[in-house]
Amino acid sequence: MTASLRLRAAIVSIFLLAVFLGAWHLATRSTGTAANMSPEYAKLMGLTATQGKSAMPGPLDVGAKLWEHLKRPFYDNGPNDKGLGIQLAFSLGRVMLGYLIAVAIAIPLGFLIGMSPLMSKALDPFIQIMKPISPLAWMPLALYTIKDSSLSAIFVIFICSVWPMLINTAFGVASVRKEWINVARTLEVGNFRRAFTVILPAAAPTILTGMRISIGIAWLVIVAAEMLVGGTGIGYFVWNEWNNLSITNVIIAILLIGLVGMVLDQILARVSRLVTFPE
Amino acid sequence: MTDKFISIEGIAKRYDGARSTTIFENLWLGMTRGEFVCVIGHSGCGKTTVLNILAGLDVPSEGAVIVDGQAIEGPSLDRAVIFQSHALLPWRTVLGNVAYAVSSKWRKWDRAKVKAHALKYIELVGLSGAEHKRPSELSGGMKQRVGIARALSITPKIMLMDEPFSALDALTRGTLQDEVRRICVETGQTVFMITHDVDEAIYLADKIVLMTNGPGAVLAEIVENPLPKDRLRGDLHRHPLYYALRNHIIDFLVSRSKTFTADTPDHDPRKVPVVRIGRTEPIIVSSKPADSDGPQAVAS
Repeated sequence: MTASLRLRAAIVSIFLLAVFLGAWHLATRSTGTAANMSPEYAKLMGLTATQGKSAMPGPLDVGAKLWEHLKRPFYDNGPNDKGLGIQLAFSLGRVMLGYLIAVAIAIPLGFLIGMSPLMSKALDPFIQIMKPISPLAWMPLALYTIKDSSLSAIFVIFICSVWPMLINTAFGVASVRKEWINVARTLEVGNFRRAFTVILPAAAPTILTGMRISIGIAWLVIVAAEMLVGGTGIGYFVWNEWNNLSITNVIIAILLIGLVGMVLDQILARVSRLVTFPE
Repeated sequence: MTDKFISIEGIAKRYDGARSTTIFENLWLGMTRGEFVCVIGHSGCGKTTVLNILAGLDVPSEGAVIVDGQAIEGPSLDRAVIFQSHALLPWRTVLGNVAYAVSSKWRKWDRAKVKAHALKYIELVGLSGAEHKRPSELSGGMKQRVGIARALSITPKIMLMDEPFSALDALTRGTLQDEVRRICVETGQTVFMITHDVDEAIYLADKIVLMTNGPGAVLAEIVENPLPKDRLRGDLHRHPLYYALRNHIIDFLVSRSKTFTADTPDHDPRKVPVVRIGRTEPIIVSSKPADSDGPQAVAS
C-alpha cells in the first residue's frame, strides 16, 4: 500500500513537472512576428524585437546552459567568470564556517541557560531583542568593525544561525524529564557526567531540530549576504548574472540554491534520526 | 526499637506561598534492617514526598532522616529508587540502563566486569534474552523489571519503591510482586514502599504504615502484619487473621483516614501506635465461615 502510494505520488510529481515545463516552454516560445525595421535599429533592439523571441529563456535554453555548466563546474576565467562549482564551494565554505562557530557557541551557552534558571531569566531579554533582527542589518556594523567583506559574510551567517540553536538547546536542556535527572541523582552521577550521559542524549533531538532550522536560515541568508559583499559565492553569481542580463544563469543559480539547501536539510534530518529515541 | 536502621526524625514539608501549606509535619518513623515497610494513604497525603526525602531527592523543611547512623544529605547509591514510571533512559538498551547504574557505583570497573554484573541482575529479574532491546520495545511489566534490576544491581542498603506496580495490569502486577517478594526475602533487603493497593501491602509488607489525608497528614498507625514471613499468595486469605487485617486497613482508608486527626487529639506523632491484629473477624452466623470453606482464590 505504501509502495503503491509512493509510486502514485511519483507519477503525479512527474506529471506536474511536465505540465510546468510545458507551460514554461509555450509561454517563452518565439511568437515569430518580427517587426519590420532597419538593420541598425534591429541590432539595438535585440532578438525580442527582431525575431519575436521572448527575453525569458525557455526550459530548453536553461537545460542547454545547465549542461554546459555541469560539464565545466570548476573553471576560473578571472574574478567575474568562475564555474558554478567554485561559486557554490565558496558559499558553502562561508556557511559551514559561520555555522560551526554558531554551533560551538550556541550549544554550550544553551546548556548553561537550560540548566540555570537564573541565567535563563537574565539572558532572556537579550535573546528576545537580538533574535528578530534581520541578519543583514548587522552587515554595515560587521563591515565597519571587521573590515573584511568575506569575514563579515561569515559573521552574518553566524549571527543568523546562532538563535534557533541557542533557543532549542536551552529549551531541550530545560525540559529533560525530571525522572531521568532523578535517576542520575540517585546514582550519584556528577554534574559533568550527567550532562553528557543524561541531558545531552535527552535533549539531542530538540538540539538537532534547532540545528536544522539554523542551517536552513544560514543558506537563505548567504545568498543575500553575498549579493551585498560581492566577490565570490552563489549569491554574487546571481547578482553578477543579473547585471549581465543572463536570466538563464539566474534561473540555473536559483535551481542550484534550492538543491543545495535541500541536501543540507536532508543531511541534518539524517543525523537527527540517529539521535531520536522512541519512547 | 533500639537499633533503628532508618530513623525518620520529626520531618516536615511545607510549601511557602501566598498560602503556605503544610503537607505533613513532625513525622517520626523507625525501621529495622531487613524490614519491608509499606505506606498506605490517599493521594496527596505526602507519601511520595516522604519517599523522596528518604531518597535524598527532596529536602525536608524541618527534621532529619538518619540511615545507618548517618543523616541523609542528598541522594546516595546506598538507597536505590524504583520509580512509578520506571524512568528508564529510552536511548539505552536494557543492558545499557542497568550498566549505567553499575558503572556509576563502581567507577573503576572495566567494561567486561560491568557487563557481567549487569547481566547477572537482568537474569535475576527474568529478562535474559531481552538485554539488547530498548525500553520502547518492552511491555510495561518488562520495563518495571528493568527498573528493579537497575535498583538491585547497585546492591543498595535500602530499596525505595514509589507505587512500582500501579501502572501495570493485574496479572503482571501479581507476577512482579512475587518476584520482588522472592528477591527481597532472599537478599534480606530493607524496603520502603508506597502503595495504594491493600492486598499488595498485605502480601509484601512486614509492617503497614497508615497515613491520614493531607494536608497536615500524620502517621496514624503502624500495623504489624500477622502473616508468616514465608506466606504464599494463594494461601493469604486462608490465614485466620487475614480478613481482620484487611478490614482494618480498609476501614482506615474509607473512613478513619479523614477523621483520625479530629478523633484522636492526643495522638503523639513520636509514638505512633503499633497495632497488632489479635482476633479473627466476627463471623456472620447465617453464612458459611469465611476462613474455611471459602471459594479458592485465583493465584496468578
